[in-house]
Amino acid sequence: MRVRNWLRLHTSLVYLFLYGPILMLIVLSFNRSGLPTAWGGFSLHWYQELWQNKALLNAALNSVLVAGGSTLVSAVFGTLLAMGLERIARNMVLDAFVFLPMIIPDIVLAIALLSFFTFLEMPLSLLTITISHIVFNIAFVAAIVRTRLSYFDNTLEEASLDLGAPPLKTFFKITLPLIFPGIVAGSLLAFTISLDEFVIAFFTAGPARPTLPILIYSMVRFGVTPDVNALATIVLSISALLILISQRLGGTEGFF
Amino acid sequence: MKKLVSPLVLLGPALTWLGIFLVLPLALIFVYSFFQRGAFGQIVPQFTLGNYMRLFNPTVLKVFLNSLRIASLVTVLALLLGYPTAYFITQQSARWKNTLLVLVILPFWTSYLIRTYAWIVLLNREGVLSRLLISLGLSREPISFLYNDTAIFIGLLYGYLPFMVLPLYSSIERLNPELREASFDLGATPLKTFLQVTLPLTLRGVVTGAIFVFVPSLGNFFVPELLGGGQRFMIGNMINNQFLKARDWPYGSAMAFGVMAIVLILLLFQAWITRRTEQS
Repeated sequence: MRVRNWLRLHTSLVYLFLYGPILMLIVLSFNRSGLPTAWGGFSLHWYQELWQNKALLNAALNSVLVAGGSTLVSAVFGTLLAMGLERIARNMVLDAFVFLPMIIPDIVLAIALLSFFTFLEMPLSLLTITISHIVFNIAFVAAIVRTRLSYFDNTLEEASLDLGAPPLKTFFKITLPLIFPGIVAGSLLAFTISLDEFVIAFFTAGPARPTLPILIYSMVRFGVTPDVNALATIVLSISALLILISQRLGGTEGFF
Repeated sequence: MKKLVSPLVLLGPALTWLGIFLVLPLALIFVYSFFQRGAFGQIVPQFTLGNYMRLFNPTVLKVFLNSLRIASLVTVLALLLGYPTAYFITQQSARWKNTLLVLVILPFWTSYLIRTYAWIVLLNREGVLSRLLISLGLSREPISFLYNDTAIFIGLLYGYLPFMVLPLYSSIERLNPELREASFDLGATPLKTFLQVTLPLTLRGVVTGAIFVFVPSLGNFFVPELLGGGQRFMIGNMINNQFLKARDWPYGSAMAFGVMAIVLILLLFQAWITRRTEQS
């Protein structure tokens, strides 16, 4: 019994550590005074301030474009990859290769891609960020769709083929509807990761069009301003919402 | 489908993409790491081992060792905080289990940059902690808790703790509870049961979690930049500097492969542990 109580206390403190700083940011974002230490009353002032900030809105748009583009491509490539991996004997080397971008330190991938684009004389832009994000997002989509496929009953496909349906029809009528929740879950996850990704975007972005995390980085480097609290609250809420939906669809199973 | 569509068609697009935008870029910086920097920061294709030799300069070596030290400390503390937490979660009813897990998963996937910023708000000179100490009468002047190794350490622990809890949870969850009961029935104390049954059988989760925390901690550059104020250096900052400031890309590439070598050794160790636990 004593052990159990101690474990409960320990776990509570760990959750306090994980959520305390975030809750503090959220509370401060509604603080009229803008100071971290003096409560000036509830206010949406800092949120209104964000609406006036053109650079910020542009950066947010850039982020959505990058996340959208990289998610679309990775959803297709990742799903096909998962189906392909499911069809062949488990191959350690192939697995390691495909999931390498998930484990390699992001700064290494970032400088490698920067060097590569420079070598090809490709100007850095939203396109180069999107290309780079696809590299790791493929792995995330594939991991989730693969989990979904491992529950999949292969006889359904076989039955459809035996009854004379062409392969493409079988795919669209049988396979796709069954794995669709997995694809959506994987895509939502990919979208969120891309939206929040900073290091690789920082190295592969052109100077003219930063993404939101790049802009946030340059803002917080020069100190604490109250509008960042509001921005942080919005970004965290959007990510949390997307992750919760993905989770509902079985999204984050099968990673560990 | 099995026979009609070749797996190659399915694997093709993703493998091609990774071939072009993962393998080629890594190969390129591998080649660069043996080249020289020209007077204007350009890359001179002349073979040298000098970049790798320079990794052993005392100043660079010190940064490498300090980064290894910080990343190891973060990993050990994440394990000490994470293991009891993961264990506690597995003991809960299905509903609570789900809620607690989602609460770990959420920070896992949300912006680390913003979560780091929260610590600036907490720890800076005019920040929450400093003001709290003053109003409690524990300090007369504002104190900055930023710009030291401890701040970096807290920032990394905060960011990567969920990476530890999740693999630990899944390996403890898979453990057969009967094994523990058998150990109790045979008269082993809880501590002995934990050390001789639970821990060895969840070693795989421990190693996976440790790698998930250690590797990104080692390469992270924005936490030292933001919480260390750029005054405390880690490997990630050095690589960042070589690429964006000093423009010595060959040297920066050699540093990156120094990090990759460490990561590779850890992954081989993980594969070895996995194989060992699967055999027993």
